[in-house]
Amino acid sequence: MNKARSAAFPYILWSVLFTVLPLLLVAYFAFTNGSGTFTLDNFANLGEYTAVFVRSLLLALISTLLCFMIGYPLAYILSRESARRQQIMIMLVMLPMWMNFLLRTYAWLTILENNGLINRLLEFLGFAPLHMINTQGAVVLGMVYNYLPYMILPIYTVLIKLDYRLIEAAHDLGANPAKTFFRVVVPLSMPGVSSGITMVFMPAVSTFIISKMLGGGSSLMVGDLIEMQFLGNAYDPNLGAAISLVMMVIILISMLLMGFFDSEDKAVIM
Amino acid sequence: MDVISLRNISISFDGEPVLKSISLNIRDKEFITLLGPSGCGKTTTLRIIGGFTKPDRGDVFFDGQRINGLPPYKRHVNTVFQRYALFPHLNVFENIAFGLRITKTPEKVVRQKVGEMLSLVNLSGFEKRQSGALSGGQQQRVAIARALINKPRVLLLDEPLGALDLKLRKEMQGELKNIQKRSGITFIYVTHDQEEALTMSDTVVVMNAGEILQVGTPEDIYNEPRNAFVADFIGESNIIPGVMPADFAVDFCGGRFECVDKGFEKDEPVDIVLRPEDLTLIEAGNARIHGVVRSVTFKGVHYEIIIEGMGCMWTVHSTDYAAVGTEAGLEFEPFDIHIMHKS
Repeated sequence: MNKARSAAFPYILWSVLFTVLPLLLVAYFAFTNGSGTFTLDNFANLGEYTAVFVRSLLLALISTLLCFMIGYPLAYILSRESARRQQIMIMLVMLPMWMNFLLRTYAWLTILENNGLINRLLEFLGFAPLHMINTQGAVVLGMVYNYLPYMILPIYTVLIKLDYRLIEAAHDLGANPAKTFFRVVVPLSMPGVSSGITMVFMPAVSTFIISKMLGGGSSLMVGDLIEMQFLGNAYDPNLGAAISLVMMVIILISMLLMGFFDSEDKAVIM
Repeated sequence: MDVISLRNISISFDGEPVLKSISLNIRDKEFITLLGPSGCGKTTTLRIIGGFTKPDRGDVFFDGQRINGLPPYKRHVNTVFQRYALFPHLNVFENIAFGLRITKTPEKVVRQKVGEMLSLVNLSGFEKRQSGALSGGQQQRVAIARALINKPRVLLLDEPLGALDLKLRKEMQGELKNIQKRSGITFIYVTHDQEEALTMSDTVVVMNAGEILQVGTPEDIYNEPRNAFVADFIGESNIIPGVMPADFAVDFCGGRFECVDKGFEKDEPVDIVLRPEDLTLIEAGNARIHGVVRSVTFKGVHYEIIIEGMGCMWTVHSTDYAAVGTEAGLEFEPFDIHIMHKS
């Protein structure tokens, strides 16, 4: 027991140095001004960024929902395939993740641009060009594209472990494939769904590079706002820290809500 | 009246034949057991009746109608699965109610029927328990209640008592038999436990290597095994090679014995079965079968005595004691001799 505990020491050191300490620093910056005295001004000024917060949450929610709507059926189909085909298909799902995140997003830029691939194709076919780049739609597309594997994989992992005899038992008791799916498969895959939602929603709500590259200035998100306070021309680390802190609280509340709905869900099925 | 008929069912898995053209008629309201060693095809037979496995060849009839292509959820058959397969996300009540929920039964009816089922399997008061928090025997009973609530014509049971300890198994055997009698549902029961098969069944089907060897009442199967495999699988037996020189006579161990069997070809080689409990220990001196006692094991009600003599090892169940190393003789009556065709 003691040996096992001392084995955790490197991690404890790590998390104190790189998680707890930075968090305390963020809190310190958030509650002080440039000269180091205590103030709540940083939070008082956040009101003017409400639109950014709302937009971030909304776009992240839409992206998460789309990821779920695309990812769940795909994970389900994947889990029904033969072992060989599963391997190949999982490879295809993971393949984009091997490429650099910036590069992937940049590729979308060249596809969606006003004189990008799609528009040139449309022009060639004699259609009017579409305005796609620098829209919120482009941001959502970028997030769905980038985060989809994080939705598929946890759901897929739960689905392949699903005991096939339970599906046979449902068939045996008169449930056709659709009823079996909604009464047995879906409830039993909820753990995968909730971790999938977590793994998509969290990075989506705080993303900055996707919105910057595909959304232009029109779709400023919280992540961009924070970046601007530290690296941009609006340099104000204290405000940046305050925004980060509020963002953390928002994510925390979302996660708690998720957990609440999750158990609510189970209670209804029970 | 046959509720289920199998006609020339064959199936192979990966080129390995699992069922070799079996045919079987199952009467309405009977308790029929498919008995055989593991890998004999009994579970596959059950899965074909349930609709989970499609036979390569042959037909399945239900009430005289061919149901080959009918999926499991359209068959009036329910299954108690090996290791139960209870839904882990549902409590006891909802596990049992599953079949009724599928048909959108009104809540009031559901409550009443699940209540009836719970009392049938002695689990009243367990409604809110999660299936994972139940003992093996309790899970077993939930699985039975869940399968019975749809009032199937036929209930399939795949080694349902396999995971229970001996005492519980005996209890559940009695309960299952009672449930079957009261409900009037046909039970098709799969087991490799010959004692279970004999105590519970109206009809026993002995299977081996994808074939049906014998179908009959437990008494028939035990007393008149058709071949050495059945005799050996059903209870302990001494199987001795011999020859039938004429009706009512059989030669083995260098002597001619009177028996009650007839209808064999002249000088047909046969297997002779002598059950250990039918053999009586006597003085070695005037016995036609005699030998040396090799081992004695106390079994509770009787001793199991192994005697080596006349070119065979004889297993005897006797309440008399015989010391190891002593000479002993064996005696039996003509009707104790069961003659079987060589298989």
